[in-house]
Amino acid sequence: MATTDNAQPVGLPDERPPANTVGPVAWLRNNLFNTWYNAILTVLVLALLGSAIPPFLDWLLIKAHGLDATSQECRQGGGACWGFVNEKLRFIMFGTFPYDEQWRPFATIAIFIALLLASCDRRFWKPWFGLVWAAGLAAVAILMWGGVLGLTYVENTLWGGLPLTIILSVIGLAVAFPAAILLALGRRSNMPAVKVLCVTYIELIRGVPLISLLFMASVMFPLFLPNGVSVDKLLRAQVAFIMFAAAYMAEAIRGGLQAIPKGQYEAADGLGLGYWQKMRKIILPQALAVAIPPLVNTFISFFKDTSLVIIIGLYDLLGTAKAALSDPAWRGFYREAYLFIGVIYWIFCYSMSKYSQKLERDLNRSHRR
Amino acid sequence: MKSGILAAAAAAVVVTATAGAGAATLDTVKQRGFVQCGVNAGLPGFGNPDSAGNWTGLDVDYCRAVAVAIFNDPNKVKFTPLSAQQRFPAIQSGEVDLLSRNTTVTLTRDTSVGLNFAPVTYYDGQGFMVNKKLGVKSAKELNGATVCVQSGTTTELNLADYFRANNMSYNPVVIESNDEVNAAYFAGRCDVLTTDVSGLAGTRAGVAPVPDDHVILPEVISKEPLAPAVRHGDDQWFDIVKWTVNATIQAEEFGITSKNADEFVNSKNPDIQRFLGTSPGLGKALGLDEKYALNVIKKVGNYGEIFDRNVGPGTPLKLERGLNALWTKGGLQYSAPFR
Repeated sequence: MATTDNAQPVGLPDERPPANTVGPVAWLRNNLFNTWYNAILTVLVLALLGSAIPPFLDWLLIKAHGLDATSQECRQGGGACWGFVNEKLRFIMFGTFPYDEQWRPFATIAIFIALLLASCDRRFWKPWFGLVWAAGLAAVAILMWGGVLGLTYVENTLWGGLPLTIILSVIGLAVAFPAAILLALGRRSNMPAVKVLCVTYIELIRGVPLISLLFMASVMFPLFLPNGVSVDKLLRAQVAFIMFAAAYMAEAIRGGLQAIPKGQYEAADGLGLGYWQKMRKIILPQALAVAIPPLVNTFISFFKDTSLVIIIGLYDLLGTAKAALSDPAWRGFYREAYLFIGVIYWIFCYSMSKYSQKLERDLNRSHRR
Repeated sequence: MKSGILAAAAAAVVVTATAGAGAATLDTVKQRGFVQCGVNAGLPGFGNPDSAGNWTGLDVDYCRAVAVAIFNDPNKVKFTPLSAQQRFPAIQSGEVDLLSRNTTVTLTRDTSVGLNFAPVTYYDGQGFMVNKKLGVKSAKELNGATVCVQSGTTTELNLADYFRANNMSYNPVVIESNDEVNAAYFAGRCDVLTTDVSGLAGTRAGVAPVPDDHVILPEVISKEPLAPAVRHGDDQWFDIVKWTVNATIQAEEFGITSKNADEFVNSKNPDIQRFLGTSPGLGKALGLDEKYALNVIKKVGNYGEIFDRNVGPGTPLKLERGLNALWTKGGLQYSAPFR
């Protein structure tokens, strides 16, 4: 037996684990090819992607016409025509708002995004932040309507595009949310009249499609008014949206209320809290945290539902994109138009969804399992 | 947060009481300072906003013409984009003074819907477009064809009537949006595309990858006379719209255009003198300025100019005058005499 002077312990060098248990190969085996049917699905999906993605990229980027392409150039080639989006960008974003004044809706969008981003930060969840919102909304109203501070008056029938979508959804959700809380509480109330009223409202509104509410607001309602008296069209649509959103959110919140154990109610009663104190300090903070996923679900679908106003002749983002397609010189570029606004919608909805996940983690620490 | 919203909501409550029931529309419009005109939310060449958001189109120009007749200013008009379902309630409820939205004149619309139609501004009719490769020469050869058609329009009903009347069968591909109907046709999902001939021509010129691959069949299976409309109950307002449309047609008959109108003011022709208000009477009869027709022609143009600017051969729609030529040139456009 050979001896060595080497004092250091001798061991086998570290072996890498077998290639089929770690690394990309193992990941593939475990996730994509772990059973025969998964293997078949993987191959099929890859084949599908392989046949769909290259032509799409080819259209999107390689054969695409640049931002300065004219419609004639675009028609001759096969690719995407980004000249269309460039030409129609301001119309799609701002609709029929007077062209020279379009910095105003642009500033409106900026204000809304800044307010929404700031509202995401819990450090701002203080009463004084309500004043910031009030100031922001006042600034928006001045920017959009004008008529003061040397701004020309722009009536709201000319509003369109992204500002309209944001106004309809933000104002709609902000007004509907407190209404929804009251409706949800009313539905669980012990007072029969309140309960019947809330249940009837919620079931009535939930029982009809949004589109028929909008029709009622825009088509039927004016016929009931005396001749010559008209209520603003945008306001009618906004009210219909608020009514609709409130009914849906009330049900989401009711779900949250039902998830709170009875002990919490009894403990609050035991402390001698009155009804409103109990709700505000004990029940609602917990219930709303539980209700975040369904609430955000409502927010997202509601944001997209604003595109239904197109049927009552308001130009939201989808409406302006469609109207842009009706320019005789730029017909037929609907892929580009829909892709463009699809990306805008996606950015908004995905941010909402991501933020709600973060909020859920922060607020539901105690419930985490 | 709530106070801000309440303030905004309060500011948003714009309830306008213009005038009581029964007031003359002309007085209401004059007092308000502009004509409220219902147009299509997006129909190429007839009513569509351009890249800067300005309304353009043949129907839109007739709104402007009425504004000129009253105010001598083509910009004293506000446009309300209306969907097909909205248009009749909008005119009935008084939300708009004038409906200029590619609306076909029919008996029920004239009676039970409560509209009065001005002279026709565009004679249209439903037709068929097929790919040249099919070698089809007539709509009578379309038995068994797959037909792309937009839903919820008279187009769909006319199609069914035509095939039934000719004992032919067809497979409809019914799609709601005009763009998607076109896309389906060009993607080869159907053999035939059917809509109004103006629409077919526009689609062929503007959307087809290769326009020459497609042919519009000679059969026109329906009559679609498109005209501006006002609501029942105000004959003076109806007369104003009617004689504004007539003025554009009469101007073309006289050869008066927006460029040369001033040269005709001192014309010796008594018809032209009456028409342009050089010898007074006609404008006053309508309750308008004596020179209203002259103003309309100078600021908006005669019928031919309006047609050419919006849908004519020089535009992407490339429509021929066809039925819309003057009666003296084989078309149907004809103005009752100005006297």
